[in-house]
Amino acid sequence: MYRIRFHGRGGQGIRTAASVLGSALFASGREVQDAPRYGAERRGAPMSAHVRAGRSVIVERGAIAQPDLVVVADPTLLAGGVLQGLSAQSVLFLNGSEPADELRTRLACPGRVVTWPGAARELEETTGVAIGALCAGGAARLLGVISRTTLEQALLAEIAGHGSGAAEAGRALGLAGFDALADSAGMVGEGVDDPGAGDAPPDWVRLALDDASLAAPDVFREATSELVQTGLWRTSRPVIDAALCSRCSWVCTTLCPDSAIHAKAGEVPQIDYEHCKGCLVCVLACPPHAIRALPERQPATAGNPR
Amino acid sequence: MSRVLLNGNAAAAWGARLARVDYVPAFPITPQTGIIETLAAWFASGDAEGRMTTCESEHSMVTAAAAAAATGVRVFTATSSQGLLYAMEMVFAVPGWRAPFVLVNVSRALATPITLEPDHSDVLAARDSGFLQIHCASCQEVLDSVLLAYRLGEDPRVRLPVIVNQDGFHLSFTREPVDLPDAAAVDAFLPPFDAQQAGFRASRPVSQAVAVLGGSPYSYFRYQVHLAQNAALAAYDEIAADFAARFARQHPAVEAYRCDDAEIVYFLIGSLSARARLAADRLRASGLRVGVVRPRLLRPYPAAALRALLAGKRAVAVVDQNLSMGSGGILHGELGGALHGHADMPLLLSFVGGLGGREVSDGEFAAMAREAFAAARSGEVPEARLLYTAGELRELRKLQAVAGLAPGSPR
Repeated sequence: MYRIRFHGRGGQGIRTAASVLGSALFASGREVQDAPRYGAERRGAPMSAHVRAGRSVIVERGAIAQPDLVVVADPTLLAGGVLQGLSAQSVLFLNGSEPADELRTRLACPGRVVTWPGAARELEETTGVAIGALCAGGAARLLGVISRTTLEQALLAEIAGHGSGAAEAGRALGLAGFDALADSAGMVGEGVDDPGAGDAPPDWVRLALDDASLAAPDVFREATSELVQTGLWRTSRPVIDAALCSRCSWVCTTLCPDSAIHAKAGEVPQIDYEHCKGCLVCVLACPPHAIRALPERQPATAGNPR
Repeated sequence: MSRVLLNGNAAAAWGARLARVDYVPAFPITPQTGIIETLAAWFASGDAEGRMTTCESEHSMVTAAAAAAATGVRVFTATSSQGLLYAMEMVFAVPGWRAPFVLVNVSRALATPITLEPDHSDVLAARDSGFLQIHCASCQEVLDSVLLAYRLGEDPRVRLPVIVNQDGFHLSFTREPVDLPDAAAVDAFLPPFDAQQAGFRASRPVSQAVAVLGGSPYSYFRYQVHLAQNAALAAYDEIAADFAARFARQHPAVEAYRCDDAEIVYFLIGSLSARARLAADRLRASGLRVGVVRPRLLRPYPAAALRALLAGKRAVAVVDQNLSMGSGGILHGELGGALHGHADMPLLLSFVGGLGGREVSDGEFAAMAREAFAAARSGEVPEARLLYTAGELRELRKLQAVAGLAPGSPR
């Protein structure tokens, strides 16, 4: 059975990526199960999607703990435990163009690593929901059991509901991802039939009664939201052009729903990129149109406020 | 018939479409919303004929569902979790109206703390309402159970509303291959709703569901619902047999997996049972005789069938994905009540796991079986256990520290 785990962020089309790959595998004669997993439905929040494909009816359910292929749609997620369960036999595919050998060493990844080859490095600049189609195309090629035509039909079928423009863009990007990984075709093999057989015994504990003041889900520490770097959720980055900023100091700072823009009277505001989620309310609200939106992937120097 | 990839929500919507429902009162809630979105799209496109009303609450939604059913039309609705609880006054009221309809509940854990992920605390809160309950373990079962539920609820012996339950996320958002039956075959299995005396005529006024004062008439009407539930046991077996003959899919009231020679049995409901089946296969490969018993029908409770399946077994590991605070797992307590006092009944071990979507690991299934074998050998039943590891407690303590609390520290 193939077990494939996608990691991405809300809004990057990861749920669709799993259904494109699932439909393509189903059309290729496999039994299939695909499912997204997320908590609160938040744009930019980390989420995953899981695809199983076998030759007989799939009984196994739930999150995939021992994947044959992990697809990471967003390099900013590499710090967040997405490598869990990778073995020497499995493959990590990153939607990025860092040389695979360097990445493998940097991450101490036990399995093989694939990134976009140099000739296709522009693919990593893809933004928004189309990332899902791109990654599905790459994953399909890595499995090696899905034809280009079957992938194309799955792309069109699964993205059709997003409108004809999105379907055409998805088709083109999915096929571009498929074509770009020709040298790695069929690199992913099928995993063991029953990965649960080697599962360790649980270190169960018996919960003791805690004081009610501890056992109510209350938060007493102030400003705990500052501990969570919600800036990692951003797919677009607002950038203030000091030459255009009128130094009004109050419009963007007041309307930012995350209080992530700070200004002193008469100065250009500073954006707290650790907590700005990239909603771009400030871009729409700025009276002199001094705030631009840049794709988050552009080099940091392009996005730094002057 | 065609075989397509559907998630549990789409399968539920297909069930309603194939049942040719007339009316769908609706209110959105995660993880159910996909069901009503799909039906709304079909009603708008003309792919299905029916009317949808978006209500201002689940309380009104269940009232509208039962009121419409009482006029003699076929009604479908769906909810989850807090939505089912918000409707609860009417969930308990409408079975006594004896107007059948189908409600798909997409199981999701209850507040507090509020969460989105699944367990069975919501649907089991409706356990004593008078609704029949069918619990599903696959997307195919969701579709098939909606069809079975209409036949069962509308049966002249029964005439009660039915909850078809599926696990949020594990089924609702999980696509897998589903056989879509032909509409004509479904029509032959499920003819139009015969409303009998129910109906709405301006020329023939009826006061339905009136009040009574005094415990005697009250007892009569309440007990009639209980008797109708009991009658649904035999009716279900007949209907499931007819379904199997037409569609070649078996949906018995109780599913038994590798039980004939089993010494130890896992007992649970819903999609987690698939993991229990894999665990049983694994243990059998190492020479341990383990099986799985999964009730699909939880109301009416198939007590006699369970006694017949479990007689002679050594121990049962009951896995409850719910918690009745102050008592423990609900399935464990109910099974004990059904088996107690009968000959050759197994020991019952109680495990509470999977609350709020917590994964139950393969290692934990193996450990539960080991504890059951140990209990069978010693004759001593261990204390009920929450599936919870030292690693989880360590992470929880970190969260409490971030929240400004530490064990033993006063506020």
